[in-house]
Amino acid sequence: MAKKFLSGNEAFAYGVRLARPQVISAYPITPQTIVVEKLSEFVEDGSLNAEFIHVESEHSALSCAMGASAVGARAFTATSSQGLLYMAECLPYAAGGRFPIVMMNANRSTALPWNIYGDQRDSLSQLDSGWIQAYAKNAQEALDLALMSFYIAEHKNVSTPFMANLDGFVLTHTYEVAEVPTQEQADAFLPKYETENKMDLRHPRNLGFSAGPDTNTFFKYKEHLGILNAKAVIGEAEEKFERIFGRRYSGLTESYQIEDAEYIIITLGSISGLVREAVDALRKEGRRVGLLRLRYLRPFPNEEIAAAVRTAKALAVLEKDISFGNEGTVYTNVNSALQKADIHIPCSDYIGGLGGKNISYEEIKHIFDRLEQLQPTVNFLGIGGEGYGN
Amino acid sequence: MAISAKTLNETEFFYGHKACAGCGGSLAVRIALKVLGENAVAVLPAGCMSAVGFNFPQLCFGNNAIISTFAGTASMLTGVEAGLRAQGITDFHAVGFAGDGGTADIGLQALSGAIDRNDDILYICYDNEAYMNTGIQKSSLTPFGARTTTTPAGKNIRGNLRTKKNLFEIVAAHGIPYAATASVGYLNDFMRKVEKAKHIRGTKYIHILAPCPTGWGVSTDETVDVAKEVVDCGLWYLAEYENGEFTLNHQPKSFSDVSAYLKRQSRFKHLTDKDIEIITQSRDKKWEFIRKNFK
Amino acid sequence: MKPYLRDFIPVSFADIPEATAYEAGYLVTKNAGWRNVRPVIDAQKCVGCLNCYLYCPDGVIYRDGSKVAIDYDFCKGCGICRNICKLNAITMEAEK
Repeated sequence: MAKKFLSGNEAFAYGVRLARPQVISAYPITPQTIVVEKLSEFVEDGSLNAEFIHVESEHSALSCAMGASAVGARAFTATSSQGLLYMAECLPYAAGGRFPIVMMNANRSTALPWNIYGDQRDSLSQLDSGWIQAYAKNAQEALDLALMSFYIAEHKNVSTPFMANLDGFVLTHTYEVAEVPTQEQADAFLPKYETENKMDLRHPRNLGFSAGPDTNTFFKYKEHLGILNAKAVIGEAEEKFERIFGRRYSGLTESYQIEDAEYIIITLGSISGLVREAVDALRKEGRRVGLLRLRYLRPFPNEEIAAAVRTAKALAVLEKDISFGNEGTVYTNVNSALQKADIHIPCSDYIGGLGGKNISYEEIKHIFDRLEQLQPTVNFLGIGGEGYGN
Repeated sequence: MAISAKTLNETEFFYGHKACAGCGGSLAVRIALKVLGENAVAVLPAGCMSAVGFNFPQLCFGNNAIISTFAGTASMLTGVEAGLRAQGITDFHAVGFAGDGGTADIGLQALSGAIDRNDDILYICYDNEAYMNTGIQKSSLTPFGARTTTTPAGKNIRGNLRTKKNLFEIVAAHGIPYAATASVGYLNDFMRKVEKAKHIRGTKYIHILAPCPTGWGVSTDETVDVAKEVVDCGLWYLAEYENGEFTLNHQPKSFSDVSAYLKRQSRFKHLTDKDIEIITQSRDKKWEFIRKNFK
Repeated sequence: MKPYLRDFIPVSFADIPEATAYEAGYLVTKNAGWRNVRPVIDAQKCVGCLNCYLYCPDGVIYRDGSKVAIDYDFCKGCGICRNICKLNAITMEAEK
């Protein structure tokens, strides 16, 4: 185990190297590019033995990864924003084919208007594509997630592609100290990928076929079960990870000061660091506030959310996303969890950070203040006066 | 010994499929797989051959095969080849079979990328000159004058106004190790080319003209005959590109009647004498180029 | 060896595979019903040149000793074999 000063992208690349992918398909897009640059350096210096494919588009990046996975190889790719949307056809294809590809997505705003900075509209627009979706908060978690993602995706009960999301620039380009495990540790953690879902010269198979109305639902339901099974496998992976690396993760969500919290902000990604600071400050003033960070959006932490908010009087979802014509996508999902658990407390949506706009400490404090009014509202942060779309 | 019907692998790898009777595309796929053998790993995009061969539980490929996205034949082939090689497996042939739309239109970018990387794959385009699987719509390989369901022949417009894209030379312009044209009317020539491609490292491309009786408006037993005639009348040619040079493989002594070739197909029934003259002149111009530039 | 007809047809939730991957060359239906006419080979005229075998889009003509035979389960009756045969050894006869 060695400490290194790494950006989120670099940390993720170190994690990928430890996982020994056999095929990497790479196409540049800001702010993801450094991941594939770093991996190409690892291949060049001999520290990573992988086929590094310079594809000519993101569609080909994922199509190539599917081809590799379809012959049983461990495959990795990375993208962001417009690139994710360009490869969108391949996302449900990979999920339906049950190809456990790992892809890093650097969360970035989607055009128009053009913008290279971070928000989560890109990945959240693909929430229904059948991929596991995780959101890292810092470089260390990015590195650890890179390694764990292969374990989870490739598990025989899961066989589902994995999208690991890092906030563009805020996380991908911010340098932090991260512990880089040794290859021996990584090898002890991650087993070799074994599958029968592959074209095999000894046992020829036909893959990626059509299934008509009689059997189509069966295939789709099995796909659904696979991603649901990820929940248990994430727990299993994190336990094994702690045994080998000594760092503990907390499954689909991470809670902070929620045991007795009356007002809770539910968020995802790197902004959780600032929310945590606000919680600390407000707690010093005697206010019972807390933070629930969603680490995974698929499978969705329905039970975890219901359990976390049992003492709460009001909730706010803070997300860098808007599903136009409705509300934030995370908010919709959180409300569904509350509804299913028969929890009826005011839940507000705060949409901020679009196109990389800063979310300030004061704004977060303001969200906690507003929660005490016990009114569910949908708000846009930072448009000069509160935006309203309820 | 040259590969022939007598020496060909007797195993059938593409069998029981639901292609229309007399399908030229299925003949091209069948013969190519027999030449490549059991270690062929095939990628086919959404299109006729995947639609007729992969309806679970009726799975018609005896070898390893997978359907790719429509645009993703070449890129998935790249992944298949790299994935097997990364596992130390070398005794296989990664082969793609895509139609004219899947190759010259939506799949051209991925194909160009694969050739640029010189990935060790064989890409076979079975060209039936329109989007046949969706019901005969124009592609960029539909020839001038042809009636399709998106280039109707009426009083104002007589079918497709554009000429067929010259994909063989576009592919060759990449400096690909091996490219060839072929026709299901000349299978000995096609088999020889597949056999040759099998032993060349890097990217190989074979463009085989494969009539579609349904889309061309000929009867099911005419497929092979019309595929011969298109070569004999000079509207298609059998050639290779290798080491930077073009070679003509089949030199017709004199061309058969272009008009006879066109008029036997209902997709060309509406053509006027003037249209046929345009087609004939364009053929002659092409052959002038071929005679000047091909060995 | 070629794709062949199987007795077992996987149609239930329990029978279908976990992913879109299954044994290669798995046939559960024939194509014989497509045919109005069937090719019939005159063994006296056939010299075993194998042109019909080569040009059959469905691969249903196979070598049988020095001659050829037809798998009528999968022949669609397209007639290419009849046209390709230089010796007129194949005739198309109406299906009854």
